[in-house]
Order: sequence, then C-alpha cells, then structure tokens
Amino acid sequence: MHWDTVYKNLDYLLIGAYPQGPLGGLAMTVILAVGGIFGAFWLGLGCGLMRISKRRRLRWPAMFFIEIIRGTPLLMVVFWFYFLAPVVFGHTLPEAESALIALIVFTSAYIAEIVRAGVEALPKGQMEAARGSGLSHVQAMIFIILPQALFNMIPSFVNQFVSLTKDTSLAFIIGVNELTKAATQVNNRTLTAPTEIFITIALLYFVICYCLTEFSRYLERRINRYQARGR
Amino acid sequence: MAYQFDFGQVVSGEYGQWLLSGLDVTLRISGIAIVLSLALGTLVAVLRLSKVRPLVWLAASFTEFFRNTPLLVQIFFWYFGSYSVLPDAVNEWLYARDFEFACGVIALTVYTAAFIAEEIRSGIFSIPKNQLEASRACGLSFLQAMAYVILPQAFRVIIPPLISQFLNLIKNSSLVMTIGVMDLTYMARQIEAHTFHGFEAFTVSTLMYLTISLIVSFSVNLYNRYVLHVRSR
Repeated sequence: MHWDTVYKNLDYLLIGAYPQGPLGGLAMTVILAVGGIFGAFWLGLGCGLMRISKRRRLRWPAMFFIEIIRGTPLLMVVFWFYFLAPVVFGHTLPEAESALIALIVFTSAYIAEIVRAGVEALPKGQMEAARGSGLSHVQAMIFIILPQALFNMIPSFVNQFVSLTKDTSLAFIIGVNELTKAATQVNNRTLTAPTEIFITIALLYFVICYCLTEFSRYLERRINRYQARGR
Repeated sequence: MAYQFDFGQVVSGEYGQWLLSGLDVTLRISGIAIVLSLALGTLVAVLRLSKVRPLVWLAASFTEFFRNTPLLVQIFFWYFGSYSVLPDAVNEWLYARDFEFACGVIALTVYTAAFIAEEIRSGIFSIPKNQLEASRACGLSFLQAMAYVILPQAFRVIIPPLISQFLNLIKNSSLVMTIGVMDLTYMARQIEAHTFHGFEAFTVSTLMYLTISLIVSFSVNLYNRYVLHVRSR
C-alpha cells in the first residue's frame, strides 16, 4: 500500500493549490454544498408555496418544474446549464458557477416537496384560527404556518443537505476543481495508489455526511419530544 | 452569430441510432442492477434484524458507509481501486469481459442496496412484532418466518418506496458514463462532440429519462390507489 502518496497530497485534496493558486478540493466541495443549500432553500420555499397555492396559474408552473426536475438525473441538469448558458448569455459561464446553479435548481425541486409536506402536515385549524383572528392569507402563512412548518422540516433539510454534499461530486464532470476532481488529478499524476486515494476521499465524504446524518437524527428526536410535550 | 437549433440532425440517422443504443445500455445496466440490489438489500436488511451481533454490526456499517459516500466516488473506487483489492483471478476474468459495465453494475448495486436495505427494514418494522413471535411459536425458524410470513407482508407496503429507489437507480445510472460505459448520457455527450449541438442532444436524452420516470411514477400512483387504497394528492 502507498499511503505516503495520499499523505503527501493531502493538502491538495483538502484545499487545492490555495495560497498560490485557486481554491479547490474539499474546501470547494463545502462551498458548493453550502452555497447550494442556501440558494435551494429560497428557490425551493418559493416553489413549494406556489405548489400548494389555490391559484392554478401559480400551482401548475411549480408542479411542472418539480415533476420535470425530479424525473431527470442531476447529471443531465448539470450538462443542461453547461450547454444552455452559452446559448442564453452568448458566452460560457465559469464551471463552478454553472455547477452551482445546476445544484441549486435541482435541489430546490426536492426542497419544494419538503416544504409542501411540512405545510400540509400542520393541522388545518392553525390556518383557520389565524384567518379567524383577522390575518390575511399571506400574513397567516408568514407569521403562523411557516415558522411552525419550517421548524418541523429541519431534519429533512439536513438530510437534503447530505444528498447535496454527495451530489457536489458531479461538478467534477464539467471540470470544477472539487474533492473528486482533485482525487482524479492526484491519481493521474501518481498512478501508484488509486485504491488508497479513493478510499481516502470516500472517508472524507463519509465523515461529513455521517456527522450530518447523525445530527439530523438527533434533531428529529428533539423535535419529536418537543411536539409530544404539547399533547 | 445566433445559435441555430437543429433537432432533426440529432434524432435521425446515425446519431438517432446512437441515442437508441445508449438507451438500450441504460436500461440493461439498470435492469441488472435492480435485480442484484434487491437481492443484496434484502440480505442486508435481514442480517441487520438478526440477533447475531457481528452480522448486525456488519450490515449497519455497510448501509451507513455506502449511503454516506457519493456514488461517483464509489464508481471510481471500483473502477480504479478494485484492482489491488480483488484477487487476481477475478481481475483477469473481469478484464477479459466488459470491465466498465461490470464496475457500473457493482457500484450501482452496492449503492442502491444500502438504501433498499433501509426501506425493507422499515417495512419489516411496520409488521406487528407478534407476527414473528406467532410464527416462531408455530415452529418456524427465524429465516423461515422471515421468508414465508414477514417479508411477503412487508413487501406489499414497501413496493412504492422500493420502486422510487429503482427510479433513483435508473437516474443514477447516468453517472457510469464517467468510466466509459456507453449509456444514454455518454451518447448525448458523444453527439455533442461530433455536431456541437449539445443543447439538442441533451434535450432529447433528458426527455427519454423523463419518459421512463413519468411512466414509473404513474404506475406507482396506480398501485397506491388500487392496491393500497391511498389517495394521492
């Protein structure tokens, strides 16, 4: 086994050529994942609220968007934005931005479904009581429904964040310098230790995702206990 | 210069044939992986519910590890890294055949099996515990009770989430293009390289994936409505 190859290149796997060159490796993966979940949250929230609207002209576009995105592989969405950008903007987007947009759009469809499930899971009486107290529909949504629904949805969001972290590896295919790309670069340069390199990055991903999964399970227990207290 | 859309070129003649052969590979690799991952997933789920500590521990770490690493990394691991792990005889046997395809099948199977094991485990949990106790009391062994009493009931409930896992598998199979399996995505990429009409090639292949997904999710809705009597919203 050649674990020294991994050890020598560990800084490249973690932060890329950062102080001298562009940021890459695990740091880039984290940036893509955090930027992705932040963008996808707002887009998904909007889309999910449109999806549960009573008005058809709001509901149908959201439904169409969600069904299309959920029926397509992420790789296709990534390629789409990569090839669509030159057609729309007339020039190519940098790979990292194009990948980030694809990740945001893809994840937002799943977030929208989480939002829908969370809002629909609340008792109907909440909305009726809020409307009965004189709030408008929008006010009731913002001040009564969403604060409760979003709180209950936190574990699902964390799970989605785990999927997103794994999905950032696809950015490698259009050439973003994140962890998977760094690993293939190191592998192509050294050629002696493919097994060790890929085990190492698998473990790096695993540590991040496993901690997040455990965190989400912990939150779920906490939230269940909190809700059981009221009954 | 404005971009000229040209769908005709992409769907007809040689390039149309490419897309169809890519679709064939996608369906073949998914089909094989679906059968294998169902078998492996069931095995892992049963191991995890058994009373033997090392087996439970093994099955649990299997699911946790493979669920929490990206599929792409797993594909690369099997493709680049399996050489020094597998015995030489297996390597030679694999290299004599379609090594890329085999790696794709292995990676998809193992990754999906980890998710399927969780679905099956929660399905088994949904069956009341006294079913198992009753069948043990009737003289069935643990495995017999599982095979004849618990699993047949559990599968009825698990089928919809299971099918959505299979659907994920079909979508995930697009990743095997990275190691050179000539599936639908690979062919779209190839057409893009030949004609520079990447936008059209990817539109057509996206529509193909979408058609598969919509047919499958439509049949799950029918199953839910007519077999489980759950009304979908």
